[in-house]
Amino acid sequence: MSLITDEMRKLLGVDYPPVYYDVDRSAIRLWAMAVGYTDPVFYDEEEARRVGHPALSAPPGFLGHERYAPGVEIGSKGPPIRGLNPQLTRSLNAGTEYEYLATVFAGDVLEATTRIVDFQQRTGSIGEMLIISRETTYRREGEIVAVLRAKAINY
Amino acid sequence: MSDEPRYFETVAVGDDLAPLRDTLTPRRLVMFAGAATDFYEIHYDRDHAASLGLPGLLVHGLLKNALLGRFLHEWVAPAGRVLGYGCDYRGMDAPGEELTCRGVVTDTHADSGMIELEIRVETTDGTVTTPGFGRVFLPSRPVP
Repeated sequence: MSLITDEMRKLLGVDYPPVYYDVDRSAIRLWAMAVGYTDPVFYDEEEARRVGHPALSAPPGFLGHERYAPGVEIGSKGPPIRGLNPQLTRSLNAGTEYEYLATVFAGDVLEATTRIVDFQQRTGSIGEMLIISRETTYRREGEIVAVLRAKAINY
Repeated sequence: MSDEPRYFETVAVGDDLAPLRDTLTPRRLVMFAGAATDFYEIHYDRDHAASLGLPGLLVHGLLKNALLGRFLHEWVAPAGRVLGYGCDYRGMDAPGEELTCRGVVTDTHADSGMIELEIRVETTDGTVTTPGFGRVFLPSRPVP
């Protein structure tokens, strides 16, 4: 039985409305602390300028925070990554990839556009699985700086 | 970070990266939850994790991904940069256990300075929970 419905196929390749991410220096420092960095380029603005950066650089994987608003669940603005097929009630993060075309810095505002690029159905140890692949393109003043590719498993 | 800057010429296919070891405590998971704005309860609420049948708290997949990003950054810093990397989440990791990032150079491209790597996160018994790949840029050694 196919888990992939016609309604799901209609979502393929469709860009969701852009979401804006602010890359703040405090968030960069907090991310760097959480991940265990000691490199001062993520903490000390003088050091960042010394190595030729305009501001603190964003560590790999950090692309800012969306603009929070009351009543809007964080991370809910992109395409759904669970619940597309009502038979599949559970979800797992299966993988994450980043491609950088430029360095991201504190003060950047990134416009992120997400689309679902693939649905796959597989049978695994946890039963029938739906694998949803999505791609988010991050632009700074129109220039693509990073692409995120993420996979979720619904089962 | 190494004391001597790493340059493209100092790297060959088959080179192993010095392992990076880290123990992600619940405190680090909470810090990361805020930094990554991932507030899923299985990463900090033991009761919630137990209600889902989990043995305990789980390390964020994205935190293991970020640790691999740090592993690459520290290997190329200060001269190089990370062009891309990614990983699959194959196994769950618990906070408080030592994790080890390991990697090996799989290809080098003299025309662009790009180096490709296979990277992974392992537990202390050698189980690979998070296999991945990396692409980094290293500049050529400056001519004296």
